[in-house]
Amino acid sequence: MSRRIVPEAISREPWQVLIPLLALNSFGSVVLYSAAGGHLYPWALLHEIHFVVFLLMAFVISRFPRDFFKQVAYPAFGTLVVLLVLVEVLGKVSGGSQRWLNLGFMQLQPSELMKPAIVLALAKFYDALPPAMTKSWRALLPAGALVGVPALLVMAQPDLGTGLAITIGAGVVIFLAGLPMAWFAGVGAAVAVAVPVAYNFLLKPYQQSRVTIFLDPESDPLGKGYHITQSKIAIGSGGLWGKGFGNGSQSHLEYLPEAHTDFAFATMAEEWGILGGLFVLAVFVWVLRWGMGVSRRAPDRFSSLLAAGMTFTIFFYMAINMMMVMGLAPVVGIPLPWISHGGSSMMTNMICIGTIMAVDRWSKGTRSLGN
Amino acid sequence: MPRAPQHTSSGTLGNSFERRSILIGGLQTGLGVLLAARMGWIGLVQNAKYETLAESNRVNLTLVPPRRGAILDRNNVQLASNRIEFRIDIIPERLVDADATMAELTRLLNLTPVEVQDLQDKIDKGHGYQPIEVISGLYPEQYDKVLVRLPDMPGVIAQQGFARWYPTGPSVGHLAGYVGPASAKDYEAERNPLLVTPGFKIGKDGLEKQFEKELRGTPGAQRVEVTASGKFVRDLDKRDDVPGQPIKLTIDSALQDFAARRCGTESAAVVVIDCITGGILALVSMPAFDPNAFAGGIGRLQWKMLNEDDHIPLLNKALRGLYPPGSTMKPMASLALQMHGVDPDERVNCRGGYQLGNRFFRCDAVHGLLDMRGAIEHSCNTYFWSMAHRVGYDAIAPVAKLLGLGQQFELPGSSQRYGTVPDAAWKMRRYKQEWTAADSLNASIGQGYVSVSPLQLAVMTSRIASGRNLTPSLIFGQEKAAGPALPFTAEQLRVAHDGMFNVVNGSGTGAGSRIDIGGIKMAGKTGTAQVRALTARGGGGAWKARDHALFVCYAPTDAPRYAMSVVVEHGTFGARAAAPIAKDVLTFLFDPETALARLAELEKSWGGTPTERLAAKYRAYETQFGTSAPKVGDGDVVKEAVVRAEKSEAATETPASSPVANRPEEPASIPASAPPAPAPPAPASAATPVPR
Repeated sequence: MSRRIVPEAISREPWQVLIPLLALNSFGSVVLYSAAGGHLYPWALLHEIHFVVFLLMAFVISRFPRDFFKQVAYPAFGTLVVLLVLVEVLGKVSGGSQRWLNLGFMQLQPSELMKPAIVLALAKFYDALPPAMTKSWRALLPAGALVGVPALLVMAQPDLGTGLAITIGAGVVIFLAGLPMAWFAGVGAAVAVAVPVAYNFLLKPYQQSRVTIFLDPESDPLGKGYHITQSKIAIGSGGLWGKGFGNGSQSHLEYLPEAHTDFAFATMAEEWGILGGLFVLAVFVWVLRWGMGVSRRAPDRFSSLLAAGMTFTIFFYMAINMMMVMGLAPVVGIPLPWISHGGSSMMTNMICIGTIMAVDRWSKGTRSLGN
Repeated sequence: MPRAPQHTSSGTLGNSFERRSILIGGLQTGLGVLLAARMGWIGLVQNAKYETLAESNRVNLTLVPPRRGAILDRNNVQLASNRIEFRIDIIPERLVDADATMAELTRLLNLTPVEVQDLQDKIDKGHGYQPIEVISGLYPEQYDKVLVRLPDMPGVIAQQGFARWYPTGPSVGHLAGYVGPASAKDYEAERNPLLVTPGFKIGKDGLEKQFEKELRGTPGAQRVEVTASGKFVRDLDKRDDVPGQPIKLTIDSALQDFAARRCGTESAAVVVIDCITGGILALVSMPAFDPNAFAGGIGRLQWKMLNEDDHIPLLNKALRGLYPPGSTMKPMASLALQMHGVDPDERVNCRGGYQLGNRFFRCDAVHGLLDMRGAIEHSCNTYFWSMAHRVGYDAIAPVAKLLGLGQQFELPGSSQRYGTVPDAAWKMRRYKQEWTAADSLNASIGQGYVSVSPLQLAVMTSRIASGRNLTPSLIFGQEKAAGPALPFTAEQLRVAHDGMFNVVNGSGTGAGSRIDIGGIKMAGKTGTAQVRALTARGGGGAWKARDHALFVCYAPTDAPRYAMSVVVEHGTFGARAAAPIAKDVLTFLFDPETALARLAELEKSWGGTPTERLAAKYRAYETQFGTSAPKVGDGDVVKEAVVRAEKSEAATETPASSPVANRPEEPASIPASAPPAPAPPAPASAATPVPR
């Protein structure tokens, strides 16, 4: 692309990432088009529209100056905590668990937005924290409170997957903030002890089997292991080249549950084979490498923590979803970014992209809005 | 880890970030490699396994029940055929919301409370994997109503297929048997998926059961693409079924149906045998069940109806009913006497009875001087008593056996009971008692310990009529060769024939049933067999206590073609109850129009054909008892009920401890239209031998 022809404002954008993302998203639309039996409705077209709308949003986000991010960090976080409580209360009133607020044009999941918000809040916290105090308890306790409140609220919904995503995304920021390695080793050890204990004493048998069924889904192929069994059948039967566009029997004959959302990767792999899977994986590697690169090039602590946290949030989505569909992780309701249909997760991921783009701008010293 | 500087600066933090981000990146890369490897493992290494699984998901192989082989009569008329029907089944195991589905089906199909109850019984009794017939023989409109609702009712199967159909219903019930859904026991024995295919029926009784292997055929198969919820997507390919082999019987379908209908409301058996081949032309036991009504399983009301009927519709009386033959034995006895040197022209003076020691055996009448022919014609007991006493009963029993009495024949279908032709050895074995002269007298006139089946009576008649040792057969084209020649001369046979001819055409006991269709005449012999030792004779008293009415005959008299036996349980006199049936059945063979017209008239007074009467009775039961009928038991209830019925019959019908003497062969008053009977019997005061 020649900078002489294309205006600077456009050529400056990280097209080397945005174009693969557009390709990935369009590939997602193709998969959704097939999943709908060869129709743009109800998913493919909306998927593309979501992408365009949220890409524009990402551009807007990328124009905000660093100070703006710092200013909104705590208020945004606070607002989302309030919304999480509100959702909880509404859920109790309407009798049943509820995770979203109906905004009319879309259903907003505050827990989704909490993922980037916690990263932002923690980046702000560690930016403000004097470096000398990094190794003291004052580096950990407030951060722990910042993570704990939303994580517990989300897990109470109950949404274990998103709760874990928030916790682990935050954990990565804390880790990168430079807190003593020994603490993480300690937490790791504590988790290693706590998980079996919690598994054996806190979970009821049906919950236990829900967690461990992925290890042996064939033991209950029509019950708890159904999702994973069918997903593996879809991916496995696709082979190297796939069954071809529109020929996926697992998805079209409804054997694959959630074929357009959580298990969209399996829908894709059945028709496009391992080659399609490798393409998806390659785009993610490319995008995540870019994100980590931006983070490393970032001009200051706030920016680098922010970019790294956002990158990891995207990674967590991708990793858990793909492990789940391939039978390496329990079934948790986490969609695959840019492939699975769903507005909330698209928004979260594009907020992450927009934020990384903003950091990219700051490090290149280009002008941001109001800067 | 930072190299332990005392003071943490933003510089050291930056270094730490650099190292840790590389660590995180490394973890991410590692996971990416893991995911790619996992994809390769599932998609390449295990590809074949998952392809198979995907294919078995996608494709649903359904068996198409084969069309059952037809059961044909001698003229290729179908006694049992297949007809296309719409049916609804459920597989209880696959019902998601059983109550809601049942309610919906009840609404869509307008099931009555009785039908719902029977359905529930079947569900309770079956194993979950067995399909249960909800309804069959649906109208297309009803079927369509269910069809459109199918996607919301998993476990419900609607299909169009072939179903067993017996055009003449009850007329062939005992002959053909019936079909029904395979039981869990059947399935466990055979482990054939066809047995749990909705719409498939297995032979449960009679020929249907015995020829199951030949009749069944080979199922077709249909490969269908289905969704996870079982919804049909498209046909992939199809293999047609191979219909089962037909079975051709010696039966004459029209005759079978006529004879069955002609039995009317009586409890009766009719057997007609071809005097040339030995082939059985009609094998009737009435009343019978309607095999069409059994196909979906036996309902509570159906069962109550069958069990409460004292005419025992479940018992095949033609093969398994045992009756004292009474005077129908006399033609046979006449042959036995001649074999042992009795001159047929020798006369015995009947003075109304026979004196044996200090006991007097009373005859029906004072017959005066009678030769052998006359003794048959007038059914004179005195003649046979005195002659039997002379030659000894041991001379008679072997001839009885020779002519088929007490014998079992090799016939497919229901097993036979062969009854008793008693002799001294038998009595000692059975009762540990000596054979007495009184026993001989009783046995010589077909009373006492003698019991035979209607089939045996027909065989006996066919052998006497043809003079050949005919063996009965039921499968067309596989008629059995006649046995060794009978040891009777033509002259000896002529005596029996003449006697039987005169019974009907002379002044004998069967004169009321005389026929003459273009010169075709019938010869016969009446019999009235006492049921209990001490009851009023003939028509009086409770139905169960009345005498059995019997009649054996053959026609045409000059060249015997058909031999027949008719037994009417508790029908009173042979001449009154049994002979008219025989007359009409024979008439049907030679002049069907006349016979059918007469039948139509009779059926008007009986309340319709057997099928119509059964249906009316069911409706009455439905109104009267509704859902209050008790549950049909588990297991082979039909077989158990038959065994029970036979036992109860044996108890009332084997008055072995008090042998009886004679029965009058004619009712006190023969119908007015009948020719005048000679020497109407004086009402006898006692049926048992009177000590003097």
